[in-house]
Amino acid sequence: MPQLQNLKNNSFRITFPGKPLAVRSALAQMMEQLNALDLSEGDRGNIELVLAEAMNNIVEHAYIDTPDGTVELQITPTYNGLVCHLRDEGVPMPEGKAPNGSPAALDCETEELPEGGFGWFLIRDLAHELNYTRISGKNLLSFRISLNAK
Amino acid sequence: MQLETTPRDDALVVTALMDRIDAAIAIQFKDNLRTVTEDGPPRVVLDLSHVDFLDSSGLGAVVAAMKLLAPEQKLELASLGANVEKVFRLTRMDSVFTIHSTVDAAFDGIAQAS
Repeated sequence: MPQLQNLKNNSFRITFPGKPLAVRSALAQMMEQLNALDLSEGDRGNIELVLAEAMNNIVEHAYIDTPDGTVELQITPTYNGLVCHLRDEGVPMPEGKAPNGSPAALDCETEELPEGGFGWFLIRDLAHELNYTRISGKNLLSFRISLNAK
Repeated sequence: MQLETTPRDDALVVTALMDRIDAAIAIQFKDNLRTVTEDGPPRVVLDLSHVDFLDSSGLGAVVAAMKLLAPEQKLELASLGANVEKVFRLTRMDSVFTIHSTVDAAFDGIAQAS
């Protein structure tokens, strides 16, 4: 289950297995750590959603063939939001790039409505300065989440 | 899986009792919603008042359930919390569903489509 490590300047790191229920526990632990920042419900909702999407992507794509992968999440509060770093040792993102998350077309028949592909759209919509790099067999994803929602 | 069903007027109200619809339970949620609505009335109102968190997998499960029910049954949504409503709004899925502010509003005779 998730391991929490407190770092200097109110940063913290959570390390957890790349599995759906572990993502849930890691999110709960992260939200508990963020209680100290006294954030608005809107900010808390945005943070949990973006991190859930990014961490689910790691479990469902990077670690699709890796039953025992580990994910590392580091969060650093700054003057203009939370800077988040995610690290995994799974397969690289397609074409070495983070998906651009184009919104799915909805002007179609009911049976053709999309059931997926919303995750990257939500990440791109709610996160800033998103950066993805592949270094020494590791995926490194970073972004900033602003704190100003109601 | 916690889904409670209550017949009301010409419809079936399905109350989701879990606080999260996320990637860990999305498929199970879709399958169970399908099971409890099978052979039911043509109108199904999904009460999401207990759900605090829905991610894109959860959204996908609600859309998939709506597609499975169609065309014989129509899935409507009621009582979305702020975080759940935000996911529907940002993805524009709020334009696809009939969304009621509360379950009672779904039975007021005037559908509050948003």
